[in-house]
Amino acid sequence: MKKLVLGLASALAIMVATSASAQDKYKACFIYLGPKTDGGWTQAHDIGRQYVEEKLGDKVETAYLENVPEGPDSQRAIERFARSGCGIIFTTSFGYMDPTLAVAEKFPDVKFEHATGYKTAPNVTTYNSRFYQGRYIIGQIAGKMSKTGVAGYIASFPIPEVVMGINGFLLGARSVNPDFKLKVVWVNTWHDAGKEADAAKALIDQGVDIITQHTDSAAPMQIAEERGIHAFGQAFDQIEAGPNAQLTAIMDTWGPYYVKKIEAAMDGTWKGGEQSWDGLAEGILQMAPYTNMPDDVKAMAEETEAKITSGELHPFTGPVNKQDGTVWLKDGEVSDDGTLLGMNFYVEGVDDKLPQ
Amino acid sequence: MDIAQNILLTIATAATPLLIAAIGELIVERSGVLNLGVEGMMVIGAVCGFAAAILTGNAWIGVLAGIAGGALLSLLFGFLTLSLATNQVATGLSLTLLGIGLSGLIGEGFVGQAGVRLPTLDLPVLTDIPLIGRLIFGQDPIFYMSIALTAGVMWFLFRTRAGLTLRSIGDNHKSAHALGIPVIRYRYLAVMFGGACAGLAGAHLSIVYTPQWVENMTAGRGWIALALVVFGSWRPWRVLAGAYLFGAVTIGQLHAQALGFGIPSQLLSSLPYLATIVVLVIISRDRRLTTINTPASLGQPFVPDR
Repeated sequence: MKKLVLGLASALAIMVATSASAQDKYKACFIYLGPKTDGGWTQAHDIGRQYVEEKLGDKVETAYLENVPEGPDSQRAIERFARSGCGIIFTTSFGYMDPTLAVAEKFPDVKFEHATGYKTAPNVTTYNSRFYQGRYIIGQIAGKMSKTGVAGYIASFPIPEVVMGINGFLLGARSVNPDFKLKVVWVNTWHDAGKEADAAKALIDQGVDIITQHTDSAAPMQIAEERGIHAFGQAFDQIEAGPNAQLTAIMDTWGPYYVKKIEAAMDGTWKGGEQSWDGLAEGILQMAPYTNMPDDVKAMAEETEAKITSGELHPFTGPVNKQDGTVWLKDGEVSDDGTLLGMNFYVEGVDDKLPQ
Repeated sequence: MDIAQNILLTIATAATPLLIAAIGELIVERSGVLNLGVEGMMVIGAVCGFAAAILTGNAWIGVLAGIAGGALLSLLFGFLTLSLATNQVATGLSLTLLGIGLSGLIGEGFVGQAGVRLPTLDLPVLTDIPLIGRLIFGQDPIFYMSIALTAGVMWFLFRTRAGLTLRSIGDNHKSAHALGIPVIRYRYLAVMFGGACAGLAGAHLSIVYTPQWVENMTAGRGWIALALVVFGSWRPWRVLAGAYLFGAVTIGQLHAQALGFGIPSQLLSSLPYLATIVVLVIISRDRRLTTINTPASLGQPFVPDR
């Protein structure tokens, strides 16, 4: 029995790490879905937390819980934080939505920030990043760089976030090459390096010469490097895995947002009930250096990035048809955020049947 | 025609870690011990292999470190279940949990680093033969080891005296003990062999398959290896067939998706599991043969003094 307890204890691996604590410091807490070194989503959030420590120094104390499963377990974890004196709690995964709201109701004085959700409360605000802006840019680059005119997309789960990314990528690619084709492979996991590598190999064997992904590991980038084709980094600058393969990467940059919100919470200007959806303009989303491409492609990518940042260009601007050929956006019409956040259809040209 | 060879190579890479881990577990179970900690030993092998390869710059040292890491963790399992006669199921499960947690701790400093890849075999002329050259003469060394391991285990189990002894222990440890066979010693060796194999399988993942370290990178392959042993009815060649079938359907469904047949991807993703079960159920339909191959004292603790 003893070793069972021992094994379980070490395996739950829920480690609370607190920095040097002092009574008068403001406490900011984070709930993570994966390990903080997952090389993807969670790590990007943890880098944001480290940025907070760096920027706010002595004024703030941070704490985090790793490997917190979505669902009822997370409610206990969030509640523990709320009881332990956290002033603001960031819950960094979609599945923490209802637990966050439940705890928020019990602790009206604690402030909550929930990532990627859509439900708010007087002391709950949501935040997200406009990843599709980056997808549009990499789509354009793919449109220019691909010799075969076919790109491969390694997708995780058919949720609106991922579907939006696929559509954004294809619209970008078709804006420079109207005949561009996209092969989509669903691996039904966020994190399985082997499977992601297999998917990349399968796509390359079928004539794809550019790979992009909405999964977490750098394995597809490694395969691209090995096979001498190009790919785009995901969540991080993955140039180390693909020094000759990476064209650019979409980098999640949560740090500045966290600093802004924690400062607001400290000086009393923080507001609940808001839905924040920032993008390139606010710096929550950044593009890694444009490499391994000719100057004209680089110039085009930089121009598009500038246009999206300034608000001159919205990736989802009509005319855009749905996959079945019906009109979605009329000429010049721009999609509203609600449709994007609930996106459950492909745009015209995606060569895949959307899993329902 | 290169595509056919590429697909077969991808299948071999996907099947190799499953095969190695399953062959190791087969020996463990043939000795009457059920170690559910394959996933944990595999992930420890992956992190040890990756770390050692990075630190020394030599992929082969990584492979050895992976084997050693898996074997060491299995020794802990052996001590608890064999010397202290604890419950094997509970101990095996906690071994997996321990392995996943411990590997995360060891690997923390290695996330995101580019790994060292084990070079593939490259024989002039032979490797360049169209269609089959790379398949037979151009793969990574661990692939050849997996095939040799399968053949070696078949020979050991059914052609040597020690193999016969091992099987007899798995079938009835009391009788074996009464005959003067050192049951616990045999089982220790079997458990460590299983651990070493799981470690090698893990090292294959982090040194050959995808040379990088990410936490929990085995992603359930240890459990699949365990299932392959049972459905392969404890026979090496069936385990090999199962591993390759699983690999083939896994890769096949990715190709089917990329071709765009319009079959729901969730169904395709579950195909490897369905296909493995269906085929192995068909080849296991002879109940008598299956019963003969099942180690009768599997999972029962052995305490000689009682």
